[in-house]
Amino acid sequence: MSAQTAMNTEGYTTADGRKIGGVLMEMKNITLRFGGVTAIKDISFDIRDGEIRAIIGPNGAGKSSMLNVISGFYVPTEGEVWFKGYRRGPMKPYQVAQLGIARTFQNIALFDGMTVLDNIMTGRLTLMKTGILAQAMWWGAAQKEESAHREKVEKIIDFLEIQAIRKTPVGRLPYGLKKRVELARALAAEPKILLLDEPMAGMNVEEKEDMCRFILDVNDEFGTTICLIEHDMGVVMDLSDRVVVMDYGKKIGDGTPDEVRANPEVIAAYLGVAHD
Amino acid sequence: MVEMTAPSDALHSIPALLARNVARIGALPAYREKEFGIWQSWTWAQTDEQIRAMALGFLSLGVERGDHVAIIGRNRPAHYWAMVAAQMCGAVPVPLYQDAVADEMAYVLDHCGARFIVCGDQEQVDKVLEIEDRVQHIQHVMYNDRRGMRKYDHSRMNALADVQAEGRAGHFRYEGELTKRIAELDYDSTCVMLYTSGTTGKPKGVVLSNRNIIETAKNTSGFDHLRHGDEVLAYLPMAWVGDFIFSVGQAFWTGFTVNCPESPATMMTDLREIGPTYFFAPPRVFEGQLTNVMIRMEDASRLKKRMFDHFMAIARRVGPAILDGKPVSMMDRLRYALGSILVYGPLKNTLGFSRIRVGYTAGEAIGPEIFDFYRSLGINLKQLYGQTEASVFITQQPDGQVRSDTVGVPSPGVEVKIAETGEVFYRSPGTFVEYFKNPESTASTKDAEGWVATGDAGFFEEGTGHLRIIDRAKDVGKMADGHLFAPKYVENKLKFYPNILEAVVFGNARTMCTAFVNIDLQAVGNWAERNNIAYASYQELAGHPRVYDMIQSHVEEVNRSVAADPMLAGCQVHRFLILHKELDADDGEMTRTRKVRRNIVESKFAELIDALYDGRGSIYTETEVTYEDGRKGAIKATLTIRDAAVQGPQTRMAAE
Repeated sequence: MSAQTAMNTEGYTTADGRKIGGVLMEMKNITLRFGGVTAIKDISFDIRDGEIRAIIGPNGAGKSSMLNVISGFYVPTEGEVWFKGYRRGPMKPYQVAQLGIARTFQNIALFDGMTVLDNIMTGRLTLMKTGILAQAMWWGAAQKEESAHREKVEKIIDFLEIQAIRKTPVGRLPYGLKKRVELARALAAEPKILLLDEPMAGMNVEEKEDMCRFILDVNDEFGTTICLIEHDMGVVMDLSDRVVVMDYGKKIGDGTPDEVRANPEVIAAYLGVAHD
Repeated sequence: MVEMTAPSDALHSIPALLARNVARIGALPAYREKEFGIWQSWTWAQTDEQIRAMALGFLSLGVERGDHVAIIGRNRPAHYWAMVAAQMCGAVPVPLYQDAVADEMAYVLDHCGARFIVCGDQEQVDKVLEIEDRVQHIQHVMYNDRRGMRKYDHSRMNALADVQAEGRAGHFRYEGELTKRIAELDYDSTCVMLYTSGTTGKPKGVVLSNRNIIETAKNTSGFDHLRHGDEVLAYLPMAWVGDFIFSVGQAFWTGFTVNCPESPATMMTDLREIGPTYFFAPPRVFEGQLTNVMIRMEDASRLKKRMFDHFMAIARRVGPAILDGKPVSMMDRLRYALGSILVYGPLKNTLGFSRIRVGYTAGEAIGPEIFDFYRSLGINLKQLYGQTEASVFITQQPDGQVRSDTVGVPSPGVEVKIAETGEVFYRSPGTFVEYFKNPESTASTKDAEGWVATGDAGFFEEGTGHLRIIDRAKDVGKMADGHLFAPKYVENKLKFYPNILEAVVFGNARTMCTAFVNIDLQAVGNWAERNNIAYASYQELAGHPRVYDMIQSHVEEVNRSVAADPMLAGCQVHRFLILHKELDADDGEMTRTRKVRRNIVESKFAELIDALYDGRGSIYTETEVTYEDGRKGAIKATLTIRDAAVQGPQTRMAAE
């Protein structure tokens, strides 16, 4: 973390009347190379406080790499990431979590043998204050602390309507529910910003509708800023406030869903262009 | 134990009962609800505070005497409180079925003219907003669950908790008015209005007075010795009269505890955690649980399976006799005691039935095997017969006189008579006041002396004095050859097979009986799995020749049993087919309480019925279906029609 800049305080109001705050996270001229392969080329955009920001693009456009840069898993080769007005340096995963960044994965990464409840409790790990010894002894403050964490987790279980599977091992659940549990675990960390890597991939229509509703509710109830990658264009256009479009590692569009939809470059990337 | 029955002359309303409970058992739990993984509970004193705050809030919103306050949502304490709060204001609570689609809701709301509506959650609020332009008298919407509600226009909307807060804030302004309104309530003021499920035609609003509800609660609580330590699980629709009697009437009379599940999906877990002492369930719940037990036993280890089979055989032989207090040999008693330790106890615990003192089933006939299974485990499962217009109870079975084929003796205070036509009539303190805004129907149902036609045909069994119900009176007909035609009687026998979910028998004024059959996907699917039968859909499984063979054997067994009764021997099923779709309330083929609407099925599937009678071996058909989200689609199928062997005089006639 280095020098502080004046945080951008001007926001905007969305079509449905939500107030979006200033810039929460800003990518400045990000380039990411793996040896000779350039995954991301000189991309800049920002994520504002309280908005739902989508990153879309065809396969191999560099979306997941971008998400990994945002989450701090990749350190960009060139460019800067600014978060809450500070420039962010290389970080360990627990530091990312402590900053208030949580994510879900494209391929579900839960503990199959553990119950839904235990999986979600792991999301509280960075928020636990008592030492490992006290927790192992289940004694004094540790006991009290776990009750407090359990209460938060139960609120999330209630919120995502997964009471009926509270004690079910995750390995026994169908795909759509696993995705929901993963969202629950990410929420348990009480993140400032939530990164969702293809939250609807492989879901049927009903599951997608449910997931959309939960994402909107999370944004609305907890005020969580959400950055998501998604293939389903219908979902993206309905859900997000602003969209970044990537193609071959470059940014080809940025704006509201309507602006992006009208952008000729975006249309070309998705539908192809006529050859003369 | 606190004496709960004393000066009853002053207890002429539900709010009066509440005040008595607060004074006598104020510190005992009245309501529990599982939320955030923990059972939250409210004592009678806390319940009183909550209800009064809500009632004061209602007054501040302008609820007037005689207003109708609609309540729609799942079983939650706040929804029950809203009903009592409405009564305190002199208004009439009208609980609605929560799975009703917007159109059904529009009719009922329009009919009762509700100005206020209490919704469970966003889903119900959305439905109200959808029909708002058609039902213009709705002035204020209240909701219980705040989730997702923030962005709604709140100019005529409020969270229930905020209404309570407003009530508490306005305590000094409205307390006097509230006390006055509560004092105005008497035995003849309306307690609740419930809409019938509407097997035929539009739903009717049944007006029940405080006298109906409290007298019924008093009589039946005494009949089964219910007391304030009892526990019930409130999971049946709040719009159903039974839930109102159990979770409000009897609960307020005896002071027992009403437990609300966390969500409909967790009902079975919650049942096990609470272990109710007094439990009501329609037969399909008991059937479902038994099917689950049997399926799990199929997969159990050999030792467990042998133990289960051995002790269940003993239970079936002596269990019901022990429960009824009849003499049983010492040896059998010991065997049964051992079985209790090894099998029955753990099994009851798994089912959540460890503590049941009184269990009831009603609504449909229950299969004798299912009924005997539970009774043999030592669960005091009984039957009752009732309807909305009677505040539930018409007849019920006393302890020790329980059988699967009767519905018991008249409940305390109820008179029952059988008309010439075989129709059952009753007269009781629970008999409804009137149908709301429908004097013609009131007059045609209830005569000047207070006798009400049940619409069911039945008779009193000689010797025992127990009532037996055969069928709906209007469905009982004559066949072309003059034989009695009682479709329900045969359908119930068919439905007792776990593989058959639903059956519809035809034959009125015809030469022979025929039937539609719906298979039970869970049971037949499981059977298919065990027998390596592959299938991709309900339709494919339903049309499978081996499924047909299986159903045919069931039909023929039923024919043999029907033939044993000379009165009804004509009702044997000669030909049948398995329907390509499940009968569904969304398609209008059933009521929301899952009763078949016979005439709709008859007209919708007319060509299939014709095929049953013209001797064809198969028929091609297309049927329109409605999906849960309201879209429509069509199912095409070629259905096989099978002949089933029949017994008795008719076969002989055919041979001549």
